Order: sequence, then structure tokens, then C-alpha cells
Amino acid sequence: MDNTIKGKVWKFGDDVDTDAILPGRYLVLTGEKELAACVMEGCDPDFSKKVKEGDILVAGKNFGCGSSREHAPISIKGAGVSAVVAESFARIFYRNSVNIGLLLIEAKGISKNVDEGDEIEIDMEEGVLKDLNNSKEFKIKPLPEFMRGIMKEGGLISYLKNHLAEIKDE
Amino acid sequence: MSMTMAEKILARAARLDETKAGNIVMADIDIAMTHDLTGPLSVKSFQKIGVDQVWDPEKIVVLFDHQVPADSLEAAQNHIFMREFVENQKITNFYDVREGVCHQVLPEKGHVVPGEVVVGSDSHTCTHGALGSFATGIGSTDMAMVFATGKLWFKVPETIKFEIEGKLGKQVYSKDVVLNIIGQIGADGANYQACEFGGETTSNMSVSDRMALCNMAIEMGGKTGLVEVDDKTINYLKGRVNKPYESFSTDEDAESLTTMYVNVTDLEPQIACPHNVDNVKPVGEVEGTPIDQIFMGSCTNGRLDDLRVAAEILKGKQVSNDVRMLVIPASREIYSQALEEGLMNIFVDSGALVCNPCCGPCLGGHVGFLGPGEVSLSTSNRNFKGRQGSSEAEVYLSSAAVAAASAIKGVITDPRK
Ligand code: SF4
Repeated sequence: MDNTIKGKVWKFGDDVDTDAILPGRYLVLTGEKELAACVMEGCDPDFSKKVKEGDILVAGKNFGCGSSREHAPISIKGAGVSAVVAESFARIFYRNSVNIGLLLIEAKGISKNVDEGDEIEIDMEEGVLKDLNNSKEFKIKPLPEFMRGIMKEGGLISYLKNHLAEIKDE
Repeated sequence: MSMTMAEKILARAARLDETKAGNIVMADIDIAMTHDLTGPLSVKSFQKIGVDQVWDPEKIVVLFDHQVPADSLEAAQNHIFMREFVENQKITNFYDVREGVCHQVLPEKGHVVPGEVVVGSDSHTCTHGALGSFATGIGSTDMAMVFATGKLWFKVPETIKFEIEGKLGKQVYSKDVVLNIIGQIGADGANYQACEFGGETTSNMSVSDRMALCNMAIEMGGKTGLVEVDDKTINYLKGRVNKPYESFSTDEDAESLTTMYVNVTDLEPQIACPHNVDNVKPVGEVEGTPIDQIFMGSCTNGRLDDLRVAAEILKGKQVSNDVRMLVIPASREIYSQALEEGLMNIFVDSGALVCNPCCGPCLGGHVGFLGPGEVSLSTSNRNFKGRQGSSEAEVYLSSAAVAAASAIKGVITDPRK
């Protein structure tokens, strides 16, 4: 996990649900690239063609509400998105994202103060997000320590590979 | 220490004397369920860990319900893939295409036990809390961890307890109660919390109605739904669960408990309008809205009680020519009971289409896909844009009674009239 990331913003609203991120008819797919080709289709059918490696999604409250489909965060990660920043996230989506190593950031006030196309910079060490177009700064809420451990090791699968024996004995 | 029901169950599963909201615990999993749609990803993640055998083949349930029988080449391939996994891992609890929706079949077959921890790679796993278990939906990678270790970490949730009081009026049901609550607190109103349902009204509800309450906990962001075990639960479990179990209840002075009082005496039938589950209105405000398709089924309201309510209304009447009505019993057991009671004759005679037990149009992956501009009224749990097919379609959610009354008129109708 790099400590600073920079990227171009794509904006979405409140309560973006998992059907909007990845409609149910695509759940038969399991490959990262195949899923990436349908990412955010419920919000913008052409999004997968527009989004570029390293871009950042910015949204309102309760991002990722709805189903437990891990296909949703996988499609976002597969599209090359480097982070999703929102006012708040739904629980299962949040956890699934950490497990697969997709960076999620909670930052209050972000959805009203950042515009689509802006460039933002996120400094994880300092806990600050900055909009480089309008110079506004936001505090970011750090991940709980346990989850940070999982992210640091590249997601839950690698974490498990490293700690399997301890977990089994616990 | 005073604890909530959720805290007590998680403490037991983590082999601790006590635990409290906010703690991270590593819990032993009692039952892990996966289905045809999220199963393949779970298995693929499991295979990446590098463990050959699942932790306990008797504690895993694999079930096909979302695309049954297979409706596409991809679905057929997913089924083959999962059947091979079941065989290789010697998984004993496997339900192929014929049993019905997971959240109905698991309790029916006795896999859901009070006081135990149930996880499923499906967000509506919270339904099983209606039997006093701690049940929650997880993703595929979490499921892979469970397959490999039999354990999963949890942040112990706070509890919001809905004390539901008052007598439900004619043609008003538990679905109306829970839609009303979601409308009040919002789609993230209980984010990360355990949603416990109590009070006199809940006590008077059947197990099936309590399942509908718990099923919708996720629609307000809840981690699980919960109802305390009572005589009705014990009756339901008789002949299904053949092992001893422990029942837990919430201490009134538990620190992490918030209580919300809900009086349902004057509650009208409720409708969740497009495209959010918390966009809830009394039926009177949307009466007359024309409908193209009615879906009577799902893990929310596809149970025998619901079919009885709908059949009573449809008896001797015809489904309007302007709508197509799909009736999908949630399980084979329900289907069979409905046949015995003559409910299926009523549906068929009224012009409804009866399909095999499955998820149906609920998630827009199988039968009953909606086209652009079409409007659906559904007894299921989600009305998100694109949920039942085209993203230009609209979905309204209601009880079985509203669905049946609306089928006759072809427009959203108050079943009390
Ligand atoms: S009926 Fe609908 S909500 Fe229930 S498990 Fe099936 S798809 Fe999910």
C-alpha cells in the first residue's frame, strides 16, 4: 500500500447500491477483467470505457449498500480504480473491499466539495485528502487497525497464507 | 456483565465469557452457506489459500437457488463447478436445483439452530436470526477463510431493538411493519448494528412473519436480524433440529443497546417506491399506479402464510389482462403444502404463472426479466435501479396482500378495500 495516491475524480451520489455497481445479470462472471467491463453500469453504462487506471471514485453516504456480491468491489478494482472515497460505506461492501485489497476511504464533506474531473491527492500517513483543483482539505478516517493489517499484507488471502497456523490454533 | 443477545452469541462462539460492542472477536462458525451465484467466487478464493480440505464438510451447506434450472451456459458451468467442489470436498449438505431459496431451505432442513453462528455468502442471511441465531451475510473471500479455518473475525455490533407494540389491522402484515421502520430510519439507519425485533406484536407473529422482519434488516444496513426464542420458535424447530441448543436474550441494561418503540395500531399497508427501499409510502399515496408484472415470492414473502393471504384474495377472481403475475413458492416444502391446501389451483385458475421454487425475478438474473419502462410490484426486498432487469424499469415492494389485490386490478391497490 503506497502512502500517497493521486488520481482523477469520478463522482457518484448517495446510496450507490451493489446492483448499480454490478447488475445481477453479470454475477455469472467471475474474472476480474470480465467484471471490470461492466463496472458501474447501473449508474453509467459507458463508465468502463471512460475510467482509467489510477482514477478515484468519490461518492456520498452508504456506498455499496445491498448484496454481499464480491463481484462489485472486484469490478472496481479490476477497472484500475485506486481508491473509493465516500461519506460512508455499507458494511459488507466495506469488508469485502478490504479483503480483496481495494482501498476505501471515509471522508466527511467530500461529496459536496469535490467536482468530477478534479485531481485529488490522498496522504494516508497524514490522514489528509486534498483537492488539487480547489485546494480544499479533508480529514480521512483511518481503517481500524485489524483491517489495516489485512490491507498491508495485500488482502485477506495473503494474510491467511501468512497466518493460517495461528488462526487455526486460536 | 449485562449483554445483548448478539454479544452473548458471539462471546459463546469466540469461547469468551463476555464481549462487548466494538470488540473484534474470532468466532467459530457453526454453519456456512453458499449458493450457485456466489459459490464459484468463494471456491476460487478458497483454492488460492493453498489448503486442500475444507475445515468441516458437515458444517457447509451448498444450495442452488438463484438460477435454477440453469438459464444460460454460464449458469450451467457454475453449477457443474460447484457440484465438483461438493463431491471433492465430500460436502454432505448439498441441495441441487430442486429445494428452493436458501433462506427458507436452511431453517426448514434444520440447519439453523438458536444460539449458533450462521454465515452465508448472501446478504439476506440475516433472515435466520428469526430463530435466535446470529446470522450474517459475508463476501466470497470471507467465505474462503471460513472454508479453510472454520473461523471468521467479527466486530461485535451494537444492538438496536425495535419494541413493536399494538395490534396489526386487517390486511396489514409484518412486511408493512418492517418497511415502515426502514422508511423511518433510512437505508443506513442501522448500519453495522444488530437489529433485534421484540415487543408484543413480534410475539404474536408466526415464525414465518418474523423471518420477513429479519430478512429486511440488511435493507437498513443491519448486520443481522434477531428475535428471541419462544414457544413458537421451539415448535418450529421440533422435528427439524435434533440437537440441544442454547437460547439467549438481551439484558435490558446492556450498554450497547438502543431501543426504538414502534406502535403499529394504525399502520396502513406500506409500499417501498422506486428506487430505494427507504422510499416508503402508505399505499393510499400510490394507489392506482399501473403495473406490468407482479412477483409473489422470494425469501421475504414467498412462504406458506404469504401464499395463503394471496390465494384468499385471488379466489374466484382473475388476474387483470394488463399484468402478468408470477407466483414462486420459496421452497419445495411450501410448494407441496400449497398444493395440498389447494392454493396452487387458485393461482393457476386466476391466470397467475406458477414457477418452480427459486429466487425468480428478485435479482434480475433469471425468469421474469423486466424491460425498459416496465413497472413491477414485488413481495421481495430490493427495488434498486436495475434490480429486476432493465435499469429503466421500476420496482415497488409490498406485502403479499397488496400484491394479490393489485393483480386483480392491474394497478397498485389497497387490499383493505
Ligand atoms: S430471493 Fe432474492 S433476496 Fe432472497 S436470496 Fe434470492 S435473490 Fe436474494
